[in-house]
Amino acid sequence: MGRYIIRRLLLLIPVLFFISVITFALAHAVPGGPFDREKPLPPEVIANLEKYYGLDQPVWKQYVDYVTDIAFRFDFGPSYRSRGRSVNDIFADHLPVSAQLGLAAIVIALVIGLPLGILSALKQNTLWDYLGMGLAIFGVSVPAIVLGPILILIFALALHWFPVAGWGTPAKMVMPAFALGLRESAIIARLTRASMLQVIREDYIRTARAKGLSERVVMVRHALKNAFIPVATILGPMFAALLTGTFIVEQIFAIPGMGKYFITSITNRDYPVVMGTILLYAVFLVLANLAVDLTYAFLDPRIRYT
Amino acid sequence: MATLLQVKGLKTQFFTQDGVVNAVNAIDFDLNEGETLGIVGESGCGKSVSVLSLMRLIPSPPGRVVGGEAWFQGRDLIKMDMEEIRSVRGNKIAMIFQDPMTSLNPVLTIYQQVSEALELHLGMDKRQSRKRTIELLDLVRIPAAANRIDDYPHQFSGGMRQRVMIAMGLSCNPQLLIADEPTTALDVTIQAQITDLVRQLKQEIGMAVIWITHDLGIIAGLADRVNVMYAGSIVESADVKDLYADPRHPYTLGLLHSIPRLDAERKTRLTPIEGLPPDLIDMPPGCSFAPRCRFAMEKCLTETPALETVARRHTVACWVDVTGGKR
Repeated sequence: MGRYIIRRLLLLIPVLFFISVITFALAHAVPGGPFDREKPLPPEVIANLEKYYGLDQPVWKQYVDYVTDIAFRFDFGPSYRSRGRSVNDIFADHLPVSAQLGLAAIVIALVIGLPLGILSALKQNTLWDYLGMGLAIFGVSVPAIVLGPILILIFALALHWFPVAGWGTPAKMVMPAFALGLRESAIIARLTRASMLQVIREDYIRTARAKGLSERVVMVRHALKNAFIPVATILGPMFAALLTGTFIVEQIFAIPGMGKYFITSITNRDYPVVMGTILLYAVFLVLANLAVDLTYAFLDPRIRYT
Repeated sequence: MATLLQVKGLKTQFFTQDGVVNAVNAIDFDLNEGETLGIVGESGCGKSVSVLSLMRLIPSPPGRVVGGEAWFQGRDLIKMDMEEIRSVRGNKIAMIFQDPMTSLNPVLTIYQQVSEALELHLGMDKRQSRKRTIELLDLVRIPAAANRIDDYPHQFSGGMRQRVMIAMGLSCNPQLLIADEPTTALDVTIQAQITDLVRQLKQEIGMAVIWITHDLGIIAGLADRVNVMYAGSIVESADVKDLYADPRHPYTLGLLHSIPRLDAERKTRLTPIEGLPPDLIDMPPGCSFAPRCRFAMEKCLTETPALETVARRHTVACWVDVTGGKR
């Protein structure tokens, strides 16, 4: 197991290498540059800026410098747009915010999604099932950009339960976490239901019933662990996506998270920030999937890693 | 010998989109204490559904026991509430299933699965149930049982898994063990080992057994009595010797003739029963076997024969006397 984890972690190196090459090439291939403005800067100023940031060098040299800085000094470079701040500063300031929000959203997604899915499966084709799956379809189809303002209208402006927007207190976290988590809870609920429906038709569930076990024991002890395996699979990418920040919800609720840097860095041609955010997401994704694979081994004894 | 189980008019239907499937059509049979009853018949004739109905394990929806009684030790299994039937399942009546590869939970250890019934029905604590689990695995001849009880099902072969299923079935010393085609998924040598094992354990423990199979060879060596089922009904019931020596139902005759013989001439063609079993949704009137029966008369197509005694402990549901002459 230890060796397996080390091997998987070492695999990160080629993965990150390829992603960085492709991203770097794509970012530089897009027309325009970081210092384009509606009112163009004087050519001398641009030349000076490009010289300062090393953008006058050939692209391959820029890439080598970039990678060397990361590998030897863990320095992701400066941001061209947020003057005086490095990509490392952006990570340090905004990643914890996004990660907290993402974690809260995942907790909400699991707390709503799992019971809803299980209930719908156990009461298949009853009112509970229709209600649960109706809610799930609502959750999947209503995007955060609609749900966010609705939540603000109801719970902040009408009921005054939570502050409209902002960050820093637990109360401010509730609505954005819910806006993020509801969609994920809907996905989890639908998958849990499907998985549970399959498992409760398995022969070993009949065997468990034939032993005289109560329905609760049959479900909790015999069905749940088996049914959770497909659900664990989607949790990996979900974790990576939520923890690294989400643009829309963070904008709606004025949360100082990572989300906006994914979008604005690209429109600004802020190359180091583009690279930084994408590599960050890649690392999260690989680590989350590794965690999922290790969870499989815990859930299913037939899966062993060597 | 006292009667252990008395089934009267048991009727189970499945309510599907295509219509009502008459899986079990009002069957009656008795089982004495310590007796082995074989239930034979082809796939889909209601063998499994009838015993699953007794255990109240019919998946519902779509299935439901719509009528009948099943008296077991003075109580009607069909009318019991869920709590009562759970106290019988795994305790007084145990069941083992056809496919040992899928009948054990892949994510729980052998110990966890065998000990459940011990802790539930006999109130054992962990230490007692562990000791008893090892004894049970020894009983079903699993080598080095003490070292293997924390293994998972995938670490066992098919035959070994079926032994674990049997150990699970025997754990609470049931009065009745129901074996639903327990050897069908196993290869022939393992089949022989499992049937031998059940025969020996039955003598040691003295429980009654219902053994479901479509293999008349297994039944001949194992059962005291045999019920032959066709299209959801029992068509013949007899002591095992009488059934083989003196079969009275055309279907039983057909089954016996269709067994390949080692001593037959080379290139002799097998003798199948022509035709297919009827659609259980749209049952023909009269005897359900009549369309395939070479003895069929006009009456067979219109009136359903009831089980009638033709010899000592030998009943048949047929209008025709296949030994010659009309009844």
